[in-house]
Amino acid sequence: MTLFLQQLMNGIGNGVIYASVALALVLIYRTTGVLNFAQGEMALFSTYITWKLTDWGVGIVAAIFISMLIAFAMGALVELVLIRPVEKKPPFVVLIVTIGMFLALNSITQLVFGTDEKQLPSAFGDHSWSVGDVRITGEFVGLICVLALTCTLLWILLQKTKLGLGLRAVASNPESARLVGISSGTMLMIGWAISASLGALGGAMYVPTTPALTAGSLQAVLVYAFAAAALGGFDSPVGAVVGGLIVGVAEALAIEYIEPLHDITLLVPFLLIGVVLLYRPTGLFGRNIVERV
Amino acid sequence: MRRVIRIVASLVVVALLLLIPQVVGESINALWAQAVYIAVAAMGLNILTGYNGQISIGHGAFYGIGAYTSAILMENSGWQFLPTIPVVVGVALVAGAAFGFPALRLKGLYLALITLGLAAVFPDLINRFASKYGTGGTSLIQPPRVLAPGWADSFADFDDQYRYYMALTIAIVMAVLAANLVRGRYGRALVAVRDHESAASVLGINVARVKVSAFALSAAYAAVAGSLSVLIEGSANAGKIEVFQQSILFLVAVVIGGTATVAGPMVGAVIVVFVQDFAKDLIDDQPVLSPAIFGLVLIVMMYLLPDGLVGGARRLISRVLAKPEVGQPAIPDVSTH
Repeated sequence: MTLFLQQLMNGIGNGVIYASVALALVLIYRTTGVLNFAQGEMALFSTYITWKLTDWGVGIVAAIFISMLIAFAMGALVELVLIRPVEKKPPFVVLIVTIGMFLALNSITQLVFGTDEKQLPSAFGDHSWSVGDVRITGEFVGLICVLALTCTLLWILLQKTKLGLGLRAVASNPESARLVGISSGTMLMIGWAISASLGALGGAMYVPTTPALTAGSLQAVLVYAFAAAALGGFDSPVGAVVGGLIVGVAEALAIEYIEPLHDITLLVPFLLIGVVLLYRPTGLFGRNIVERV
Repeated sequence: MRRVIRIVASLVVVALLLLIPQVVGESINALWAQAVYIAVAAMGLNILTGYNGQISIGHGAFYGIGAYTSAILMENSGWQFLPTIPVVVGVALVAGAAFGFPALRLKGLYLALITLGLAAVFPDLINRFASKYGTGGTSLIQPPRVLAPGWADSFADFDDQYRYYMALTIAIVMAVLAANLVRGRYGRALVAVRDHESAASVLGINVARVKVSAFALSAAYAAVAGSLSVLIEGSANAGKIEVFQQSILFLVAVVIGGTATVAGPMVGAVIVVFVQDFAKDLIDDQPVLSPAIFGLVLIVMMYLLPDGLVGGARRLISRVLAKPEVGQPAIPDVSTH
């Protein structure tokens, strides 16, 4: 039982991180219909900025906030400069542009920050408490609080503010949104900006749980976040969070309890998605798209 | 008339491709050989993605299946290279169809995601099952190289020239098959299903059969490309990054060449190989930058030619041909009647 709870907690801990990157993916997908392949590498770049700031002596929490602000600006810039020119082109074209960004950003990161391994401190210190036999780390509690806070803020932003209404309007019907005077370009830019800062947050949460920060740090996370988004439904923020948690927990439990899967951990999320998608082809929370014939 | 032009153009291209090993050095020849097998994979992906509209970012896995099937048969069962090809095709058709059935339920990005999963899981599976064949318990397999036989002396001084010709011959056969396939009844069905599934089904097209067979066919192409890579490079390997990168590379080749065009994937493959090589040598001391340059080239190409090189060329040609000079009556082309 102890082992089970411990694995469950590990799973939730990872799941929270997958969920936050998946949220970033979903935000972009909802507003622009683009699957952003470069999401992980954008987050990587921001995480390196966080590291650089701590290297200069800035506290880790402040560093994360500053890098989120920088990521916000960079996300807006990416939309404006790279995505907008191809916005009206077929989805393939946009996909290839994000793949190009993925390749370019990764190597630019290595060029700017060097190829050696870096250590990023955790924002939550290394406290831990024992409840019975189960050890609860400060990191675990912190991760859950951060995700809960992020979700609440996002929900308030999307549902309770005028800006959120604009974002939702553009996501649901860009043409009509423009007709009622919403600047869809600005909304898309803001969508990318928010998404980039969510990525920065996710990266800074994730990297301290790994041995070191390297150029490949966030590639696996991207795959898991894709999985989470697909599981929950690409157009559903709630789905992204639920999907992230399910993928994280399923992975942790499968590694522990299914011996033959020991070194094929990626199989678990994808088998799970495969099965779910067979029954719900647009994910657990995704909308069914009605097609006119 | 168009048909004649097309055939003549193809023959000219084939002749040029045959000349390449005779006029270029060893290192450039190696790049062309690489372009040949990437082109085969891209042709297959084009059937699936270009003509049938199903996006796959996991064809690196089928490519890997082909590479490992050939490599293991050659290394452990002492087979020659050529007889492994039919086996590879068979295995890949089955694997592709097996994967295509569940894919029937999925569209667009969801399908892309599941194929991404295929690419992500494949290296682990190979590590588990193929490492008993590889050197030192790894999944790297290096079967005996194919050597030029005596009768080939007249046109191939070196083994790698011979291997290039062998790969090229197989690639040409695959290209002709693909071209005939997409221009015929089956090709129309592929496009109809891509453009409007329900309408296609109303016309009497068996949508499920078309989609699954497109998957199987494209998997077979990717697998043959994998076999050819073993012929050319002399090894089969499946690192996590490599499988993912190969999958992306095939898609990139299709899109920058021109989706749903016969020549597009081949042009795209040549460009991908040479741009990568160009990016590698462009800046000394900064090998890190080569993907950045490749990525930027991709982005710029998408801005300039969103329908790919072949698509762009086609637009240009039709603009030149379609608008006769003002005041000069268009002469009806009687030769086609």
